[in-house]
Amino acid sequence: MNAPMKAAPAPVKKLRVATTSLAGCFGCHMSILDIDERLLKLLDLVEFDRSPLTDIKHCGPCDLGIIEGGLCNAENVHVLREFRKNCKIILALGACAINGGLPAQRNHLDLRDVLEEVYQTEHLLGRGGIPNDPELPLPLSKVHPIHEVVKVDYFLPGCPPPADAIWKLLTDLLAGRTPALGHGLLHYD
Amino acid sequence: MNATNTFQLDGEEIPFAPGQTIIQAAAAHGAYIPHLCWHPDFSPHGSCKLCTVKVNGRFGSACTMEAQPGMEVENRTAELDDKRRTLLQMFFVEGNHFCPSCEKSGNCVLQATAYELKMMSPHFDMFYPDRPVDASHPDILLDFNRCIMCSLCVTASREVDGKNVFAMGGRGILGRRIHINSESGRLGDTDFAATDRAASICPVGVILHKRKGFAVPIGERTYDLAPISAQVKETRS
Ligand code: SF4
Ligand code: SF4
Ligand code: FES
Repeated sequence: MNAPMKAAPAPVKKLRVATTSLAGCFGCHMSILDIDERLLKLLDLVEFDRSPLTDIKHCGPCDLGIIEGGLCNAENVHVLREFRKNCKIILALGACAINGGLPAQRNHLDLRDVLEEVYQTEHLLGRGGIPNDPELPLPLSKVHPIHEVVKVDYFLPGCPPPADAIWKLLTDLLAGRTPALGHGLLHYD
Repeated sequence: MNATNTFQLDGEEIPFAPGQTIIQAAAAHGAYIPHLCWHPDFSPHGSCKLCTVKVNGRFGSACTMEAQPGMEVENRTAELDDKRRTLLQMFFVEGNHFCPSCEKSGNCVLQATAYELKMMSPHFDMFYPDRPVDASHPDILLDFNRCIMCSLCVTASREVDGKNVFAMGGRGILGRRIHINSESGRLGDTDFAATDRAASICPVGVILHKRKGFAVPIGERTYDLAPISAQVKETRS
């Protein structure tokens, strides 16, 4: 008689996740880290592609792309398009990705006036003149949320979204459920 | 009350007094119908359309339509909440609503209604309109970036305070706005007082009291504690 079969653990294919911070403050990434020891559980289920956590410079094919921050310069737009091209699902994480957030508070000001005040006329700030290095991406005249440029599949508001909301959304997505946030997890502040 | 003076709201029997609107009767019963421009203390303005319900299969505004015996009113159906969410998204893109830096956050009816209706994004392209603030009054700040044109300040100032400080004027989505009735157009040049009813009526973060910032921390405010639909009676003030 055959020995009782031990059910070999099925090799779980890990989902590939990329993350980036565009015109954001990294607060949303800090909130991802704030899921604490659940990070270990998450690492059983996903592996990271391009992300500030891995320092991989370009995004390969991924299941999920998490975008923090809106679009304030040309490079932001390129990175966002790279993510959209490579990721099956795009998640807009946090206020800035969703409506421009704090950086968009410059939108009612003229860009040249802002640059001149910061780099030339305001005496408490630097007086080096407006930076003009060809390496620097050009600023957009207005800051925009990412859904104005690419299709976004899921949104998670908050400044930053609480770790529990990030965990709920990620575990819902990983389990193939439509993400649903109850009272207290959905907030805009 | 006459025993026949009831109607059905999503299948629930709601009693009403003759002359009451659908939303008045619902609120008295603790039932939530989403709304922005209606306030229990004032006559309805009927402008925001958030309170749209289906009465015997036809759309109507719950804040202006009188309750009638035997009405069948649909309220929180997926169809109606979808339309309401779209209206909310339009409100959010027409103004500048940066909740993280708004003193009203957590106490705001627009925000709480958007939570209730699970609005995850503004969906449309942002307008980012240019709406300068008015800080000319010693005790009150006006941040028009967040105005939803509900007209409650106009009504409160006129009907309760007897002052007529505010007026609705202009045309179009970006032109229409609240005006201040003074020669300079500034609040500091009116007899507006922080104790006026109009100073505490704004459902969003336009009419703010200076030097009162963050007295209650974010996370412990009215709609942080419970959803707006669970506070129908408490929000009447
Ligand atoms: S008024 Fe309400 S919705 Fe607008 S920014 Fe303030 S809290 Fe947010
Ligand atoms: S200022 Fe406030 S109360 Fe007045 S119309 Fe605008 S949102 Fe309504
Ligand atoms: S609450 Fe009825 S139209 Fe605004």
